[in-house]
Amino acid sequence: MIPGAFTYHRPKSIDEAAALLTSLGEEARPLAGGHSLIPMMKLRMATPEHLVDLAGIPELKGVCQNGGDIIIGAMTTQAELIASELLAAQVPILRETSLVIADPQIRYCGTLGGNVANGDPGNDMPAVMMTLDARYTIVGEKGRRVIPSREFYQGAYYTALEPGEFLVSVTIPALPDGHGFAYEKMKRKVGDYATAAAAVVLTKKDGVIATCALALTNVGDTALFAEEAAQILIGSRLDAASLARAAAAAEAIAAPATDGRGTAAYRTSIAGVMVARAVRRAFERA
Amino acid sequence: MSKIQKMHVTMTVNGETVEGLVEPRTLLIHFIREHLLLTGAHIGCDTGHCGACTLDIDGKSVKSCTMFAVQAEGSSIVTIEGLAAPDGTLHALQEGFRMMHGLQCGYCTPGMILRAHRLLIENPNPTEAEIRFGISGNLCRCTGYQNIVRAIQYAAAKLNGTQFQEAAE
Ligand SMILES: Cc1cc2nc3c(=O)[nH]c(=O)nc-3n(C[C@H](O)[C@H](O)[C@H](O)COP(=O)(O)OP(=O)(O)OC[C@H]3O[C@@H](n4cnc5c(N)ncnc54)[C@H](O)[C@@H]3O)c2cc1C
Ligand code: FES
Ligand code: FES
Repeated sequence: MIPGAFTYHRPKSIDEAAALLTSLGEEARPLAGGHSLIPMMKLRMATPEHLVDLAGIPELKGVCQNGGDIIIGAMTTQAELIASELLAAQVPILRETSLVIADPQIRYCGTLGGNVANGDPGNDMPAVMMTLDARYTIVGEKGRRVIPSREFYQGAYYTALEPGEFLVSVTIPALPDGHGFAYEKMKRKVGDYATAAAAVVLTKKDGVIATCALALTNVGDTALFAEEAAQILIGSRLDAASLARAAAAAEAIAAPATDGRGTAAYRTSIAGVMVARAVRRAFERA
Repeated sequence: MSKIQKMHVTMTVNGETVEGLVEPRTLLIHFIREHLLLTGAHIGCDTGHCGACTLDIDGKSVKSCTMFAVQAEGSSIVTIEGLAAPDGTLHALQEGFRMMHGLQCGYCTPGMILRAHRLLIENPNPTEAEIRFGISGNLCRCTGYQNIVRAIQYAAAKLNGTQFQEAAE
């Protein structure tokens, strides 16, 4: 399968990329790892006239710490997230999640920026970003702006990005020491998108859940921030009744399609199972 | 649509500098197979799932059906044709696949071997579970994987200069 014809650009700096993307407007798309975009171009589900490859911009790569915040460049690959010692110590849910994305070859190419900006509800990182309350730094015609991950996703392949804008980095606010976390993903095989998946980050005080954030992957048009489910858990000692109520609250917001992964009813109930497993594991870790 | 200009690309393939004139939409696998006539790497699924097109690019295993040739500008690539020694002596992995019957039809083999090559560089002494996880992006429809795992264990032992111990059945 050969994609449609396009003109290829390879800017060397963020400014050069921003100038290209704003002048080319809707006819252009950023190209990161290409592992979502190229398959879509082969199927003619995407037919950009210009691709602006971000791979030649060193400023877009790498992980660093600024005060308590962790800042990850948009072009940092999933393999680099797995290898980062800073992330393993500070935001270990990113390693756990990256390891269940696709397969080794795809993780060498696929980037965090592409995964979160793609807008495909099947991508695993958006739900994780929501639980971490990550902020996206965007560059466009009007300069830089910051969008919270919880407000970024508007529909399938539809995000808060305006034509000409692109993501330069993701900022993750400091997590409390000893937080518990888990990403639980049900998939049929390696390289499959989730039947349903759940991300959770929580803290405990004297055996009681003190803070909790929860989000779901691939059971709606976007990743879903499960606020009510998290509220039910706060203040509990994770007794069976509150866990069941939280799972039910998560199922209540899930609206998956019936597809090869199962019926809508099945995938909804798997979302509840993933929430229960993720919360239990995060609670043990906290 | 206006005519799109072809682009000039230069890369190092198996130690030699190669050049070509390609449309931006030319996939790397087509450049390697059809321009350079290195037909060892195969196209299985054309969708990024099977790994038959795996090449080693700048120290990464990459599915070359999901990369444009222009993205590989300036890179250093190893294909299956570049693995054996110049005198034809097989690489430890090639020898392992031969000795352990790690292939039947052979369609997946070039991709499997290149992926295993990078895996053994990153982790010279992998456990069986690490081997299986490491080749999970490569599908084989013939062997059932058992002998592929043994072939990689054989190669690891040979590269480490240790004795290959076949696990008891
Ligand atoms: C076989 C297979 C299995 C996969 N399985 C999974 C899986 O289980 N889970 C999962 O999450 N993903 C999966 N993926 C997708 C993979 O993780 C992609 O790499 C990822 O979704 C996109 O990252 P990319 O860097 O490849 O982006 P690209 O494909 O280059 O881009 C994706 C989209 O985002 C836009 N974009 C990219 N970077 C930016 C930026 N900095 N700013 C603004 N827009 C940008 C592009 O214009 C494009 O529209 C799979 C892919 C394949 C081929
Ligand atoms: S042909 Fe590239 S992954 Fe199957
Ligand atoms: S040997 Fe036939 S596909 Fe692997």
